Amino acid sequence: MKLATLFLFSTIRLATPLLLAALGGLYSERAGVINIALEGLMLAGAFTAAVVTHAAHSPWAGLLAGIAAGIAIALVHALAAIRFKANQVVSGTAINLLFAGLPPLLSGALFRSAGATPQIPRGELLPLAPIVIAFLLVPLTWYVLYRTPFGLRLRAVGENPEAADTAGIAVARMRYVAVGLSGALAAVGGAYLSIGQSSLFTRNMTAGRGFIALAALIFGKWRPVETMLACLLFGFAEALSIQMQGVARLPVQFIQIIPYVLTIVVLAGFIGHSRAPSALGVPYQEKR
Amino acid sequence: MSDNEGPAAAPPPPPSSPPPPPRSRLAGGWRAVASPLAAVLAAFVVGGIVVVAIGDDPIETYKLLLGSALSWPDGIGYTLFYATPLIFTGLAVAVAFRCGLFNIGAEGQLYIAAFATAWTGITFAGLSPWLLAPLACLAAVGSGAAWGALPGVLKARFGAHEVITTIMLNFVAVAMASYLTQYHFRKEGDPILETVPIGAGAHVARLGHFLPGFPERIPLNLSFFAALAACVLVYAFLWRTRWGYEIRATGESPLAAQYGGISTGRQIVLAMAVSGGLAGMVAINEVMGYRYRYYDGFSTGYGFTGIAVALLGRNHPVGVVLSALLFGVLLRGGLFVEIFTEHVSKDLVLVLEAVIILFVAAEALFRGGGLGLPRGQKARPGTPGTTL
Amino acid sequence: MLELRNVTKRFGAVLANDRVSLAVAPGTIHAIVGENGAGKSTAMRIAYGFYTPDQGEIVVEGKPVRMASPQDAIRLGIGMVHQHFMLVETMTAAENIVLGAEPGSALAFDLAGAEARIAELSREFSLAIDPAAPVERLSVGQRQRVELLKALYRRARVLILDEPTAVLTPQEVEGLFAILRRMRGQGKTVVIITHKLSEVMAISDRVTVMRDGRVVGNLETRATSAAELARLIVGRDVLLRVVKAPARPGATVLAVRGLRTVGVEGVEGVGGVGGGAGGDGARRLDGVSFTVRAGEIVGIAGVEGNGQTELIEALAGLIEPASLAGEIELEGKDLLRARGARGRREMGIAHVPEDRQRRGLVLAFDLAENSILGVHYRPPVTAGPGAVWLDRAAIGRRARQIIAEYDVRPPDPSLAARALSGGNQQKLIMGREMTLPPRLLLVAQPTRGVDIGGIEFIHRRLLALRDAGGAVLLVSAELEEVTALADRLLVMHQGRIAGEVDPARASQEEIGLLMTGGGGRAAPAAESGQRQEEAGQ
Repeated sequence: MKLATLFLFSTIRLATPLLLAALGGLYSERAGVINIALEGLMLAGAFTAAVVTHAAHSPWAGLLAGIAAGIAIALVHALAAIRFKANQVVSGTAINLLFAGLPPLLSGALFRSAGATPQIPRGELLPLAPIVIAFLLVPLTWYVLYRTPFGLRLRAVGENPEAADTAGIAVARMRYVAVGLSGALAAVGGAYLSIGQSSLFTRNMTAGRGFIALAALIFGKWRPVETMLACLLFGFAEALSIQMQGVARLPVQFIQIIPYVLTIVVLAGFIGHSRAPSALGVPYQEKR
Repeated sequence: MSDNEGPAAAPPPPPSSPPPPPRSRLAGGWRAVASPLAAVLAAFVVGGIVVVAIGDDPIETYKLLLGSALSWPDGIGYTLFYATPLIFTGLAVAVAFRCGLFNIGAEGQLYIAAFATAWTGITFAGLSPWLLAPLACLAAVGSGAAWGALPGVLKARFGAHEVITTIMLNFVAVAMASYLTQYHFRKEGDPILETVPIGAGAHVARLGHFLPGFPERIPLNLSFFAALAACVLVYAFLWRTRWGYEIRATGESPLAAQYGGISTGRQIVLAMAVSGGLAGMVAINEVMGYRYRYYDGFSTGYGFTGIAVALLGRNHPVGVVLSALLFGVLLRGGLFVEIFTEHVSKDLVLVLEAVIILFVAAEALFRGGGLGLPRGQKARPGTPGTTL
Repeated sequence: MLELRNVTKRFGAVLANDRVSLAVAPGTIHAIVGENGAGKSTAMRIAYGFYTPDQGEIVVEGKPVRMASPQDAIRLGIGMVHQHFMLVETMTAAENIVLGAEPGSALAFDLAGAEARIAELSREFSLAIDPAAPVERLSVGQRQRVELLKALYRRARVLILDEPTAVLTPQEVEGLFAILRRMRGQGKTVVIITHKLSEVMAISDRVTVMRDGRVVGNLETRATSAAELARLIVGRDVLLRVVKAPARPGATVLAVRGLRTVGVEGVEGVGGVGGGAGGDGARRLDGVSFTVRAGEIVGIAGVEGNGQTELIEALAGLIEPASLAGEIELEGKDLLRARGARGRREMGIAHVPEDRQRRGLVLAFDLAENSILGVHYRPPVTAGPGAVWLDRAAIGRRARQIIAEYDVRPPDPSLAARALSGGNQQKLIMGREMTLPPRLLLVAQPTRGVDIGGIEFIHRRLLALRDAGGAVLLVSAELEEVTALADRLLVMHQGRIAGEVDPARASQEEIGLLMTGGGGRAAPAAESGQRQEEAGQ
């Protein structure tokens, strides 16, 4: 019983960064902007939060700074995708590469280390708050999406931007807001990794979680509650993989790839049942 | 196309309007080069700002970067050596792009290929060079192609988007190669995670072997010329064969391709296999021409840099060669920057890469195309499951 | 009430509106007529703030206004119903109606209040809809009502309707006109864009005629005639008329028996092509039987979205055999299971698709590359062992021949297909498909968006193919076109053949009745298919 409880908590803990990133992706994608940059946005949040927490000795300051960084970087993606009609997958990939390079470059200069930030003392970590935030955001997102004018407009912009435009909705502005939100949420997810679960930033510490979050979003049919369930599934897989490393006699490499293989299986097995927002990935040209 | 000129599609010119003047070849050529150049310059500016921000002198940094990369013979030799895998991965990404696919999995494909090549070179070490070298090359291309075809099948058959599956398969590939090396092919007591050496018959000669005055310690080898040959072959394949026609038609317009009797699913698998095969050829340079063994974690992100190479090279073989040379310079120079500047590390190269990709992507569609990037892969009703 | 003064609008090199001036009086129904591409929609989208004019001004109720977006137009009391409905399919009718003008607070919108107000408007204007139904389940007519309610909900005093009748049956058109008259009676002003003269005469008080981006006439409807309007529209005396010899049909080329789609999934590309939509039920094929003989044109009429697209795609091999049941035979050989698009082209089935930009052409390819789409894998355009290499010289020859014979302009094989006008794109496709040469030509909406000269050219070519013994299956949403060209006319409704008529003798009303599925004198679909089949033998 004790073990089961621990395992459950481990699942929830590991699902949290995925859920935050996936909910971020949900806002962006329901508004019609593909956000494959979640990985990079998480790294941006993780790195900034770790650096600021280290400097200011306050995890809340770190969290806020991480959010600010996430929004700023997301807006770069938004600018490329919305204003310059860039291929959204390509511009997202650029963001991901940028945050494979920028954090180690900066931490090398700041701390003379190859990619890691200094250890943060235990008392300055945020082990629980992001979990609470993540799971509270699920009903909140549902409400915003389906019960407020903002949500109605957001969905309209992602499904049929031309219709939204003729109804007097500023399509581009909605999309900027949505992508900005996704940056904020993904950054909280990243910050949780560096100043919650662990106590420092390490190079590429997200290890593909941004992409797994995206897979969870697809698996969850772009809906908040289903996406949360998908994230819990992936969190479970990761918890399992961690548990097995101590117990099973399998080589560590096989255990490590469990979440990745599960992602592929889920994508291949269930995608036909999801319906993406109709205008996802399609730049909208307001021709005036 | 009806009377309603939709805002998404500009109305076609009415019959009375004069036809657009045919673009002159020269002007077209300049235009093809101008914006990538602008992207590179813009990236250097952004990179310079980053360098200033972390407290170094950007001019000195860039001087160091270029100077170390273009000296003779070491600078140029190593630059070309670094450019070789980038030509392969750049071509790999470009071929997939031409089919409307974004292959972020070149990294995993080249890891699988490197291990398969080393395995071949170890297992058949006794064979004569005339047999072993081609066999090892075949292993490189074949294993890369198979690993590349896998996400192709997942997409064509099950609708799983290649961007996610290729990234996930990268993790799987690296783990698998690492496992096999660690548990089955490692030299007894070797502290480094690497396999035993391959047979001498599978070695590809270094340039110093032929070129008087060119030191043989520089690992530049004949695979550089194989990379150039691959460019010619890829060009012929894409623009002179019916297979290339079918791949490009699928990439530009899947609906029209189906209409033309082309099985788009088969093209997706074919393009991913060709792409993976090209990525796999990195193993010829790495395993057969440089280390003569599989060395865990050998790639410094060649597969990802290949994305920047392909985009900057406009998914054209000639452009790929040129931009691979540029990134070869950056990789070589980056090492020197890391050693000889106070703060800047070679991660600066990653930042430059990212900014170049961002500018190329934003710029090309902004000015109405020419990038050869697939449109309409996304969110087309009736082609379910290709969404992110 | 609403006035455009010297409005000019360019799109790139195209002058869409050239000093357009027109004035709509309050409380009237004002028609704007003109050919495809005359600039009617552009002018009205400018009036709706969707485009900003390069020059000129918009005057609303005597005051010059600047509109930066539709929001400004909405504020000024202008509403627009676009030809392609601006609805979000996954949302309900009520959500669509209130979108952008939601009642309630920013934290919670008042859906109940919205539905009450919608119900009130529905009663006032006799626009019955179910506010809670998702739009994707509504018929075309219902969607149009949602669009009208959307404008009325925003308290529009001027309603602009862009080609509102294009997707309606003649009976539904009558219903719409009744609604428009009621609106006029309640003091609303209505602007209706159309290219059908009969509608102008039936509904409007005043009419503005446009041609090549210019206004060529502003007339009182009562004081003009259809003939005068026609002259103004085309700029010359003769109306478009098809001259054809009687058909001399030969042996049966195509026989279709009980063709139906099974399941919706796995239908390649269908969703992306169907222009109109009549709810899920009408998208499928539901037991279609007919024959096409050598030397005849069989026309298929019907409201768009009643299975015409699926029928053509099924015959062209673009729907997976697994999703089809029934029989398709070409000259006695079974087609349904064995062969895909490539095999069918090899058997002599050519296809001019309705979506020429996404189906018919690879827009990024040049004309030469497009001229071989579908035959690109075999001699004479390939060479070498296994027909691997493309023979550039042969491709160039073929392209130049098609360009010359079909008068494709500009005549440059190295130009991207994207650079051609709609009419020239269509001529390129026609030329390519005719070069097959076809035993059976499947052609859908052949003249949509094509200029007058191009229409005549395409019609002549279709008749020439028929007279040379080719079999032609023609789908067109233009009732006039299909009745003029076809030797036999089938009417489709909800995936079935609702009946067959003689296009030379049938009245519009008769055809219209079949289009709604109410087939007074027509036999039920299955039987009528049987009858045609016998006639074909």
